[in-house]
Amino acid sequence: VSTIYRFGNRSGYELSAFDNPTLNFSDKLREMPWTLFLLLTAIAGFGFLMLYSAANGDMQPWSGRQMMRFGVGAIVLLTAAFIDIRLWLRFSYHIYGLTLLLLVAVEIKGSIGMGAQRWLNLGFFQLQPSELMKVAVVLALGRYFQNVSFDDIRKPLHLFIPLCIVMAPAALVLRQPDLGTAVMLLMGAGAIFFVSGVRLWKFGLVIASGIAAVPIVWQNLREYQQKRILTFLDPESDQLGAGYHILQSKIALGSGGVWGRGFMEGTQSHLNFLPEKQTDFIFTMLAEELGLAGGLLVLSLYVMVLVYGFIIAYKSRNQFGRLISIGIITNFFLYIFINVAMVMGVVPVVGVPLPLISYGGTAMLTVMFSFGILMSAYVHREMRIQRTQPGMD
Amino acid sequence: MKQDDQSRYKTFTRRAAVLGGGQALLLSALAGRLYYLQTVESERYKLLAEENRINLRLIPPQRGNVTDRLGRPLAVNQKNYRVLFMAEQVPDTKLTLEKLSAVMPLSERELRRVLKEIKQKPKFVPITIRENLDWEQVAQIEVNSLDLPGISIDVGLRRYYPFGPEAAHVIGYVGAVSESDLTGDPVLQLPGFRIGKSGLERTYDKPLRGEAGTSHVEVNAFGRVIKETERHEGIRGAVIRSTIDIDLQRYALERVGEESAAVVVMDAFNGEIFSMVSAPSYDPNMFARGISTAEWNALNNDPMDPFVNKAVSGAYNPGSVFKIATALAAMEHGIDPTRRYRCTGHLDVGEDRFHCWKRGGHGWMDLETALIESCDVYFYEVSQLIGIDNIAKTAKKLGLGQLLDFDLPVQTEGVVPTKDWKFGTLGHKWKRGETLVCSIGQGFVQTTPLQNAVMQARVLNGGYAVTPRLMRMIVDEDGNPVEEEQLNFEKLDIDPVHMEFLKRGTDGVTMDERGTARGSRILEPGMSMGGKTGTAQVRRITLAERATGVRTNEELPWKERDHALFVGYGPIEKPRYVVSVFVEHGGGGSSVAAPIARDIMAETLRLDPSGIKGSRNLAEAANLGEIPMTVERTGQRTSSQRNAGTAGASRPVTSGRTENDQ
Repeated sequence: VSTIYRFGNRSGYELSAFDNPTLNFSDKLREMPWTLFLLLTAIAGFGFLMLYSAANGDMQPWSGRQMMRFGVGAIVLLTAAFIDIRLWLRFSYHIYGLTLLLLVAVEIKGSIGMGAQRWLNLGFFQLQPSELMKVAVVLALGRYFQNVSFDDIRKPLHLFIPLCIVMAPAALVLRQPDLGTAVMLLMGAGAIFFVSGVRLWKFGLVIASGIAAVPIVWQNLREYQQKRILTFLDPESDQLGAGYHILQSKIALGSGGVWGRGFMEGTQSHLNFLPEKQTDFIFTMLAEELGLAGGLLVLSLYVMVLVYGFIIAYKSRNQFGRLISIGIITNFFLYIFINVAMVMGVVPVVGVPLPLISYGGTAMLTVMFSFGILMSAYVHREMRIQRTQPGMD
Repeated sequence: MKQDDQSRYKTFTRRAAVLGGGQALLLSALAGRLYYLQTVESERYKLLAEENRINLRLIPPQRGNVTDRLGRPLAVNQKNYRVLFMAEQVPDTKLTLEKLSAVMPLSERELRRVLKEIKQKPKFVPITIRENLDWEQVAQIEVNSLDLPGISIDVGLRRYYPFGPEAAHVIGYVGAVSESDLTGDPVLQLPGFRIGKSGLERTYDKPLRGEAGTSHVEVNAFGRVIKETERHEGIRGAVIRSTIDIDLQRYALERVGEESAAVVVMDAFNGEIFSMVSAPSYDPNMFARGISTAEWNALNNDPMDPFVNKAVSGAYNPGSVFKIATALAAMEHGIDPTRRYRCTGHLDVGEDRFHCWKRGGHGWMDLETALIESCDVYFYEVSQLIGIDNIAKTAKKLGLGQLLDFDLPVQTEGVVPTKDWKFGTLGHKWKRGETLVCSIGQGFVQTTPLQNAVMQARVLNGGYAVTPRLMRMIVDEDGNPVEEEQLNFEKLDIDPVHMEFLKRGTDGVTMDERGTARGSRILEPGMSMGGKTGTAQVRRITLAERATGVRTNEELPWKERDHALFVGYGPIEKPRYVVSVFVEHGGGGSSVAAPIARDIMAETLRLDPSGIKGSRNLAEAANLGEIPMTVERTGQRTSSQRNAGTAGASRPVTSGRTENDQ
């Protein structure tokens, strides 16, 4: 309440129910949720440490570049956070369309070129449109549901467009094939559908038809994907083949114990028993070296970020802000959950990085970008946006 | 509209809470799983992690040497230079191999094998391009090493037998471990590990092998060694000091020359074998460097069986050598050795006529003269009186027809027939005539040259059941004895008077005017030899052939010629050394075997292997009770003097090659 009052004082507006505050640069700077930014930095800091350790105590080749990327990501984040949420709303379909085009371009290029290429080379870094799509879908769905009345949401006909919004990229991503991203797109979208008020029985219907579609999906999976799922169901069956990764990950993780083997002392990861220790399996390495204590600390940092995200969603006074906050935060949750569950052998190995910690440019930028939008939703939380606002389209 | 937004917000609030709760629940589950893995399961995973990480590697122990009785090495480890290809250090495989080919030409086959291995093996595993390089090749590669990145020379150890074929059958050889050799010792599973395959190498493989050391190495997921964390050196194999005198061994092998033959020289009292020769021999180094199929086939198909140790694995009719056993049996069963029987050149038993080797007959013969002249009829007569079973009993007592307690793994039992034996194996009843045939070492009787030597020794050493030995002692690295066999031979029930009669007869074989080996007596002063000749007929002489005249050995194909045998001892006054000579299809015992025996005995007396260690012989004397004095010694001699003394027959020991390189 006090902030609202302050806005009013600063801008000189008398606030009515439909008046929106006008925020200048310093207002935004002050309103920026710096705690959240600090939390993200702390998490990324763990990433720098682990990447330094993964390279046997060297900034090269991972840690240094990861820091640079975090720096670039921070600029992207702050820029996004300063941009008015109404602007994001206005350009959400454009962003979505552009990303979808990129995805198709990758698909065409990939099918002409060599196999599963998921990125476009932009010179200074390689853009993975499927990662960007996770944010784009959230924005597009947020915009759609922002403008649909509560009653309309309950009508099945109005679900056609949002379903298309999510299914089109999901299908493309699945073709790449990238099961992890496809699952994240669907589940992230599902969360938005859920909080928007879509009837629960419809979810039941989707889940039921999803189960019914399992055989068909199974048929269309690549052999290695099938193998991963089979291995997940019975990891002991193939200890030197596909089950090797899960088993070695569990060994490394379990052998860490409560306090870990110590920073840079992780034998399993340093002796390369651990696969992909700098990317997908970095949490294993972290838990091996820093133990249960370190693992829980990092998880707690993540939980704090998630809680902050939910607070932003609740505090937002516009539906768009609420929905994109939920979408972004759910995506973030999915990254964490799938990755950590994967390295502990709870879900199949699907190739989802641990956000902010795993080495990788696109994921880092996407996450930072999405948190930029989330912060923008916080900074502009008092904005009231009409359901169908003329002039914004 | 307002209403609508309100309900929209309400639904959002409720559902977001559900969503948040769900996420919290899932994350808690993950935290729980993390807790479970890192506390409850932690120990198990720690163990698995150690197993992942620490790899126990065996360090193969260095095999012990085999030496002759004076410590001259007969089997040693030699440096083996190998060219290795380290794939991870080679920038361009093809170019490097081409360059290597220019220095050391590689055959098409070698190149194909190397390329295949490069493909199959991890990059950090060195690949052997070629082994057993000579110095010139090593030098050339070293000189060009700058041009050959990733090509290196590695030194391994290889078994080497400096005397080559000279003691092949005694020492044996080592070979790759076969499936049946695996006894649970993990060192056997090491690639390239060699174990004794025959001879002493096989019998004493355990002490020679030593104990493997261990190295705990930390490896990564690809098996590459990161570092060694712990190392326990193994124990080097012990040295087996054999009883062989390599000078005598070499002399004996050279003396039998081209013949297919076996020679045993043994100490009559303690059974030490100074020389055991089986000719033709083979070079055991062939096995160490890898034998080609052609070489193998040539040796394996040789009618003279180079791989067979004829001294222990060959059983042959002993011929008249067996008369020693028959004569002793006769005396032990009531035949007065002075009683004379008349030899008319043949003896008729029933409808069969049994011939003496001398057509006209020997006239009146007693035991002594029958041995001297090797009269067959005398033994026909006495064998009829005492019977085959009594002959067999005595022959067995003397060590014939049985497996002897001996160091070589492959032995043939031979046959000393009895009535039961024939019925048991052939299913026929014993025939009277067969006793006659067997009494002169023909027919069923089969003995090994070693058994013949043992027989001779037992009637000379005062009647002790001496058994042959090839191992003198096991010595550790510093030359201290680890194990020394205690000798305690059983005293056989042999009347000294009987032994005296036997000795008079066998002394006469060389010393008497009529002796069958008169021509092979040792003429050198201070040396003498007694013994018994034997000629074993390997074909049947038909009546028709007897009528037209028996063909001489020279007229027959090799396979049908008689075996020539001789067992002897020296010196006559105080016998100490026993010699047994067998020449397969060599012709007559007196014409072929006896001269060989004479020369070898003379060489033995000259080298006097038993006299080298006087103190040791005294110790043995105490152990054996009464023991005759050793032969006259010319004082202690050093091995260099010995070499000088036999320079004509031996080549100098090349010390440089036999030195043991660690």
